Amino acid sequence: MALRTSPEVGGMGHSIKRKEDPRFIRGKGTYVDDVQLPGMLYLDIVRSPHAHAKIVKIDSAKALATPGVLAVITGQDLAKYNLHWMPTLMSDTQMVLPVEKVMYQAQEVAAVLATSRYAAADGAAVVEVEYDPLPVVVDPHKALLPGAPVLRTDKKDKKDNHIWHWEWGDRAATDRAIAEADVTVKQDIYLPRIHVASIETCGCIAHFDKVDGKLTVWMTTQAPHAIRTVFALVAGHVGLEEHKIRIISPDIGGGFGGKVPVYPGYVIAVAASVLTGKPVKWIEDRMENLQADSFARDYHITAELAAKKDGTLIALRIKTLADHGYADAAANPSKFPAGLFHVCTGSYDLKAAHVEVDGVYTNKPPGGIAYRCSFRVTEAVHTIERMTDLMAHQLNMDPAELRMKNFIKPEQFPYKSALGWEYDSGNYAGALRKAMDMIGYADLRREQVEKRTRGVLMGIGISSFTEIVGAGPSKHFDILGLKMFDSCEMRIHPTGKAIARFGTKSQGQGHETTYAQILAEELGIPAKDIQIEEGDTDTAPYGLGTYASRSTPVAGAAAAMAARKIRDKARKIAAHLLEVAEDDLEWEPGKFSVKGAPGKSKTIQDIAFAAYTNHPQGMEAGLEAVSYYDPPNLTYPFGSYICVVDLDSGTGEVKVRRFVAIDDCGNIINPMIVQGQVHGGLTMGLAPALFEEISYDEHGNVQGGSFIDYLVPTAVETPKWETGHTVTPSPHHPLGAKGVGESATVGAPAAIANAVVDALWHLGVRHVDIPITPAKVWKLLREHGVTG
Amino acid sequence: MRVQLSINGEKHEADVEPRLLLVHLLRENLRLTGTHIGCDTTHCGACTVLMDGRPVKSCTVFAVQANGRQLMTVEGLEQDGKLHPLQESFMSEHGLQCGYCTPGMLMTGYAFLQKNTKPSEDDIRRAISGNLCRCTGYVNIVKAVQHAAVKLQGGA
Repeated sequence: MALRTSPEVGGMGHSIKRKEDPRFIRGKGTYVDDVQLPGMLYLDIVRSPHAHAKIVKIDSAKALATPGVLAVITGQDLAKYNLHWMPTLMSDTQMVLPVEKVMYQAQEVAAVLATSRYAAADGAAVVEVEYDPLPVVVDPHKALLPGAPVLRTDKKDKKDNHIWHWEWGDRAATDRAIAEADVTVKQDIYLPRIHVASIETCGCIAHFDKVDGKLTVWMTTQAPHAIRTVFALVAGHVGLEEHKIRIISPDIGGGFGGKVPVYPGYVIAVAASVLTGKPVKWIEDRMENLQADSFARDYHITAELAAKKDGTLIALRIKTLADHGYADAAANPSKFPAGLFHVCTGSYDLKAAHVEVDGVYTNKPPGGIAYRCSFRVTEAVHTIERMTDLMAHQLNMDPAELRMKNFIKPEQFPYKSALGWEYDSGNYAGALRKAMDMIGYADLRREQVEKRTRGVLMGIGISSFTEIVGAGPSKHFDILGLKMFDSCEMRIHPTGKAIARFGTKSQGQGHETTYAQILAEELGIPAKDIQIEEGDTDTAPYGLGTYASRSTPVAGAAAAMAARKIRDKARKIAAHLLEVAEDDLEWEPGKFSVKGAPGKSKTIQDIAFAAYTNHPQGMEAGLEAVSYYDPPNLTYPFGSYICVVDLDSGTGEVKVRRFVAIDDCGNIINPMIVQGQVHGGLTMGLAPALFEEISYDEHGNVQGGSFIDYLVPTAVETPKWETGHTVTPSPHHPLGAKGVGESATVGAPAAIANAVVDALWHLGVRHVDIPITPAKVWKLLREHGVTG
Repeated sequence: MRVQLSINGEKHEADVEPRLLLVHLLRENLRLTGTHIGCDTTHCGACTVLMDGRPVKSCTVFAVQANGRQLMTVEGLEQDGKLHPLQESFMSEHGLQCGYCTPGMLMTGYAFLQKNTKPSEDDIRRAISGNLCRCTGYVNIVKAVQHAAVKLQGGA
């Protein structure tokens, strides 16, 4: 896309430096735990050592005798206000604090309120809870067996652990196509529980002002407006009505989906503040964060892919068990309990597909949210990309060739997939070709052949993913009934400077910079002259927040539309000032000129001043607009990644030698920021591919509950990413943009897994579940006769 | 217990519980909130500060252990209104996103560049391996440290 603005204006396509950085590099950001109010109290939480147990007794005496401790709050206390249970975003219910039993290890059991952080922890350490252990259900397959203990005994008519069944696509046509196919491949794929592990954990300060009855909550949330509404719906009956609730989401130290749900700690802090009239701070520690907050994935998938002998892919069938823990606390659009998993036909022109998912209760924390991904898209991409590779190897075709043969062609867009999505635009072959050229694909294949003759293990893996982001059109997309539009409200001041506020909330994506660039592009006002604000529900327009790569596709579009409304009014004012008809004016970023007389013009700054000092009679003064943007479709970013791995046959270690990522997110707002998003996303793709997993033993004890054994990659394990892009604009987005924050997280794991299997295929290895740890590879090598 | 210490060149005294962590002394008693907390196990490095010039993770140092020491936090990098070259490089090379790990990265990078003035990429990656970043994928952090090294040597 050609640049339409100067570097000084800094519209679309300029790598301008970020406006948020000056405070962050000085340590002057304001994160939730940095807020300290006079008289503030601290909350600490007592958590269950058992995965499933009756609560026989909670003895608070010792805690209450601890210096500084003011109160111990239990489920019984909250039950008096009917606040001991709360709804999840998926219209299930979860406990705030238990009255009868606990359902997972690390579940909240009681809360201690004290005058200091340390006193609260002292108190929590001596709350004595007597438990009566119950049988634990860890495996979702076993949870569905007849005779399995029914976990949700709170639900009167519940006779099993099955939450919901959901299916999509043409079952009969898919079954027929698979039965008649020349070749089929079938594979069980497990995508384990993982955790976003943003470096800032979750927390809040709730401050209820007893005089004016207003609750202010500084909170680590990606969706402040929706949270305000949820609070009002849950606590309206105790006097917390929506106009008396203010949610402030200050600087957020990484979100990635983990800061979308409402966690019990927030609700307890609010209740404690309402009861005491004092500000109450709750900040979870890392172990609480990993062990109790919403997890991602935990999908047990069985997939079958069918093809003709010549490699033409024809049909895909998927069955999945979704382990949701003891409550479905996912953050999905309400119509889609498995999120957008049915984008699983990926980048390929498949004629038939059918997908079914069953949600299951187990004794684990409730979830699942996304891990930097738009509603289960990673699960979909991993499945189709693993299956495509399996098919290629089965047919003895090069995986790149099989992909090229089956890609949806550029001329097929807009493309209606077998599962009903309308892909907006794409050039999949272009991206893969560019990645192959950049990495030197043919040479690598030759090197691999040569190395195999010497017993050296090297693999090449491809992932040609298609994402689906920017939820979403109100016809199909809502969360708890709230339609998934988003918003921008812009005001231009008399001197031509501006402020714009949004319904989203940046957690590192750089909205203060990129939104200003969009507005600069549309109005010609320099990005540095536009202040961007988000995250305060008292000032920002209502919106559904930042997750699922929706900020650019939805709120970014709202910015363009608000700016265009302002431009329409500016045209009227310019015509008045220049004493010409509106039709006689032409726009270039920053000014209106009279057609044929370019010297006769008014800048946007002149017009802004006139809007307050010399506006036409009969027109309202001022220059501002608001847009609530309801996208007509989702956007479909895509890319092709190629990864080269070397395997150490002695230790089983997988070393990523090179990783080339070609992304296409449509028109680019800020190339520097886009590249940064891809770097980060790739690292959050590497992490679950090789290192991260939260698993449970048969008693429901969490493994991977601290950074000691939940292995977030450091700079040493992280390869030097090589990135590039192609540009295929979205035809329906006002800026032609698509969103990019999550593409790399979605696309990378399959490339790495495919590379490892590619290295081991000749030994008879067909699949490895992620994370591909040295232990797993070492075991596989020994099973297949490689002794190092 | 009474502790006396110097932070960013300024003398401070405080009465503290023996168990008070240094990070809480800095953040809550002295309101130097640039130093962050990201874990409880000395893994993430968001709380890194310099004690007598050496990077330490202030979530696992008691305030009393800092008695009589010279401390430096992220707030001490800027001198007389002039940013340290490392801070400038983090901005110019896009070495930060959410900003949460940034103060720890800056302090680790600052101490590292005192010792190693011409670091290789691998040197830098090893040096910052005690600091986790979830946003950047480290590429631009490495570049920022390299860039700062050149600047500190009087280069561009």
